[in-house]
Amino acid sequence: MSDVQLTIDGAAASVPEGATILEACRAEGRDQPTLCYLETLTPVNTCRVCVVQVAGSRTLVPSCSRVVEEGMEISTDSPAVRQTRKMVFEFLASSVDMSLVEDQTQQWMDHYEVDPTRFGPAAPDSPAGARDARHAGHHAPPLAGLTETVAQPVKIDNELYVRDYAKCILCYKCVEACGPDAQNTFAIQVAGRGFDARISTEFDVALTDSACVYCGNCIGVCPTGALMFRSEYELRAAELWREDEQSVTRTVCSFCGVGCNLELHVQDNRIVKVTSPIDHSVTSGHLCIKGRFGYEYVQELGDLATTPIDIVLAAARTS
Amino acid sequence: MSVETSDAERAAVDELLGAPDSGWVGGDRSAADHHIARGGVRQAAGVRHLLLPALQAAQGAIGWVSPGALNYISERLSVPPAEAYAVATFYALLATEERPRRVAHVCEDVSCRTRGGRELFEELRERDDVVASPCLGQCDRSPAVLMQRAGEYDASLWYSTPESVVDVLEGAEPIDPNPGHFGIPQTEAGSDGLRLLHRVGAIDPYSLDDYRTAHGYAALSKALEMTPTELIEEVKRSGIKGRGGAAFPMGVKWEAVVAQGSDPVLVCNADEAEPGTFKDRGIMEGDPFSLVEAMTIAGYAIGAHRGYLYIRGEYPRAARHVASALEVARNAGLLGDDILQSGFGFDIEIRMGGGAYICGEETALFNSIEGFRGEPRQKPPYPAEAGLFGLPTAINNVETLINLPLIVLEGGEAYAARGTPESTGIKLFCLSGDVVNPGVYEVEFGATIRELIELAGGPLDDIAAVLLGGVSGSFVGTDQLDLPLTFEATREAGVALGTAVVMPFSSSTDFDDVTKRIAAFFRDESCGQCVPCRVGTVRQEEALYRLFDGPPTTTGEIGLLTEIDEAMKLGSICGLGHTAGSAIQSAIALGLIGADR
Ligand SMILES: Cc1cc2nc3c(=O)[nH]c(=O)nc-3n(C[C@H](O)[C@H](O)[C@H](O)COP(=O)(O)O)c2cc1C
Ligand code: SF4
Ligand code: SF4
Ligand code: SF4
Ligand code: FES
Ligand code: FES
Repeated sequence: MSDVQLTIDGAAASVPEGATILEACRAEGRDQPTLCYLETLTPVNTCRVCVVQVAGSRTLVPSCSRVVEEGMEISTDSPAVRQTRKMVFEFLASSVDMSLVEDQTQQWMDHYEVDPTRFGPAAPDSPAGARDARHAGHHAPPLAGLTETVAQPVKIDNELYVRDYAKCILCYKCVEACGPDAQNTFAIQVAGRGFDARISTEFDVALTDSACVYCGNCIGVCPTGALMFRSEYELRAAELWREDEQSVTRTVCSFCGVGCNLELHVQDNRIVKVTSPIDHSVTSGHLCIKGRFGYEYVQELGDLATTPIDIVLAAARTS
Repeated sequence: MSVETSDAERAAVDELLGAPDSGWVGGDRSAADHHIARGGVRQAAGVRHLLLPALQAAQGAIGWVSPGALNYISERLSVPPAEAYAVATFYALLATEERPRRVAHVCEDVSCRTRGGRELFEELRERDDVVASPCLGQCDRSPAVLMQRAGEYDASLWYSTPESVVDVLEGAEPIDPNPGHFGIPQTEAGSDGLRLLHRVGAIDPYSLDDYRTAHGYAALSKALEMTPTELIEEVKRSGIKGRGGAAFPMGVKWEAVVAQGSDPVLVCNADEAEPGTFKDRGIMEGDPFSLVEAMTIAGYAIGAHRGYLYIRGEYPRAARHVASALEVARNAGLLGDDILQSGFGFDIEIRMGGGAYICGEETALFNSIEGFRGEPRQKPPYPAEAGLFGLPTAINNVETLINLPLIVLEGGEAYAARGTPESTGIKLFCLSGDVVNPGVYEVEFGATIRELIELAGGPLDDIAAVLLGGVSGSFVGTDQLDLPLTFEATREAGVALGTAVVMPFSSSTDFDDVTKRIAAFFRDESCGQCVPCRVGTVRQEEALYRLFDGPPTTTGEIGLLTEIDEAMKLGSICGLGHTAGSAIQSAIALGLIGADR
């Protein structure tokens, strides 16, 4: 394939045909913020934090999905780009709990001096199920002076992972991972419309009544901590989660012969979660229930749970 | 949760899909099912486009989409239940919660609002079978109501009163208060000189004979004697630009489709959900054959054999009239394999929308037909390259298309002689709000706002401002009344013609209330896909409320509204987000709504 000549922030660059603007920027050492983009998923270009200015285009274009063209003049730091990215982050941070986003995202938010409080104080949380019951095309008027958020109770309906949609930025990644980009189970989708859109099973049934097979691939791609291992969730709730003390051990899953690489996250000599490297050729970061959750046999706790961490982990496994 | 499927639901879905042929797709399980497993992804992809019609059929049977019905549809179409639910909950007219068999959707939008719609809704809102509705495209017949009726046709009610609505909710047949009236005051006074609307209200919309007598189908015969290339040349010579809002030259669009070189498809956009717009409704209700003929000519020109007509769900009467016209045309050999023995084959399928303004956006419309959520696609690729089902697609508005017979009959050059060089031909305008005779008016391009208001019998009262182009357009002040409504003059004035809405508001208007309604509209109609629009429309509504009622924020509400508008304009995926702040910004600029308090 031949190369395409373009400029990024005034500097000439030569990038392979078919590359996206984001790939071109990264190759030139100019990283851009992203939220809904992941190398292993089809771009949905919905979050809009990666937008750049392309000369001749009336609106900004998403760098994660737009393919480069000969002669493109790209600005990643024009006033319009900066202001739009800032606003997008402020829209998100004023409506979603972003306390657990990746460090990089937090750095971008600092970079753009994001101030979500500009829109006023937050409205009260929605009761459980209320957002799931909303009907497209209808909404209640704003509450005097308050800003609407997606805050709501955590959904806990199984022993393996929780769904805290108060942290959901609706990036579509979990839907793609559960669907055609990895798992092909289609247990979850975006339901509803507009600000009332939400990730949902059919009729918001519990995961245990849905098609979910607990592969955990949705957890693996979630950028905000909305989807979280039950173990991590409970340890955080008990204030026992200590990421800086955890070691990560790479190994191969023992259940079948495919050869999926696992990363065992270990704290206090206990496996607290299992992931897979996104760049691993076999998994692309995705696993099945066995590799993801089938580690209890190496640390069966039962009645022996006496340390604080063991008590929490054992309780999570039986409720 | 009960997932029993009732006989009524099953029958309604089977009527659309045919009976299931095995236990794999929702039929009774039989021993044979253990030995075959047909289908798979490929077959499922082939039927997914039936998802929305199937959901509509199930709801039509009992008044809502029950878990049992959703489950049955999922089995029949091999669509995962979560996906079917995601689609069902996208549409305002579908309910996934139990509902009464009759539900009244009472319009509370910009035009009806000040002529009884607001009071009507307030009077009825406590009922469990009454919900508020965005513009129903019946602004000339305020207050408007859409009556959903399980087991029967939906019906539009006009000039509604609490009593007339309750009567129908309780079982009465809806009465047509003005039969044969299609919202075209001009033809009621005689159709002399009209070229697009002359038949509307003057002929029986069910009668092919009437249509033919009034020069119908002369254009198709003539077109079939031309080559497709000649036809496209003629269209280019006419200079006609799209009437759906984007003003793209029709001939250029068609050339791009033909240049793809493979199997194209034609789509007619009759979603018409821009508040204040009802011109396409008048044509489909009063002159449905003209659209069928126009689509057939368009199909011939681009080499398509299939046409889809996407009609908004709130237009039951228009849909019935066009469906009848299709049936009659088919029987008369005017649609089908060999139209007028020319060897050209073409047919048209109607798809009904489900109550979603965004589905008028062309790529959202494609997704909607394909059985996915009506979320717009990022362009490129453009519809001409990869549109409906990934095929090269020519998509045009109803009004754009019905100019075709005229262009064919009189020639592109004669057509282009009307109007102005940049805005050629004839244009329909939708007048409602504070005018004496609301309705659709036909003029040659070039008429001013003032002339149009005069044509509609003049203003009801002192005008304070005119909403131009719909709620995604902008307000203009009285100093602009002599603005000619052409593409170029409106562009120069920094406003947009949009869907040709001309809605005067008198000086007694409560603009705080009107702009709040506009903000609420966009908050309701955003598809929710992209952040600037999903959250921006919420923050915009909140900032507007603060502007009127406080408490103020430190940035100041006017400043915030401007920043929100800019972010939606620059950062959103589609035109909905790009224009969601436009009317409010213009109201601020004109001083119709307050300075920071
Ligand atoms: C939010 C939104 C809603 C739209 N609704 C309609 C509609 O109801 N009817 C229509 O013809 N075009 C509508 N459009 C414009 C279409 O995307 C498209 O431009 C048009 O159908 C092309 O037809 P034309 O070239 O004949 O105008 C809408 C666009 C947007 C962004
Ligand atoms: S755990 Fe796997 S199957 Fe379940 S929702 Fe997540 S991605 Fe889908
Ligand atoms: S749950 Fe996580 S991955 Fe899924 S849409 Fe929300 S933020 Fe994205
Ligand atoms: S601009 Fe609004 S309607 Fe358009 S894609 Fe984005 S969220 Fe959806
Ligand atoms: S990362 Fe590009 S739009 Fe989300
Ligand atoms: S029908 Fe009510 S505003 Fe249009």
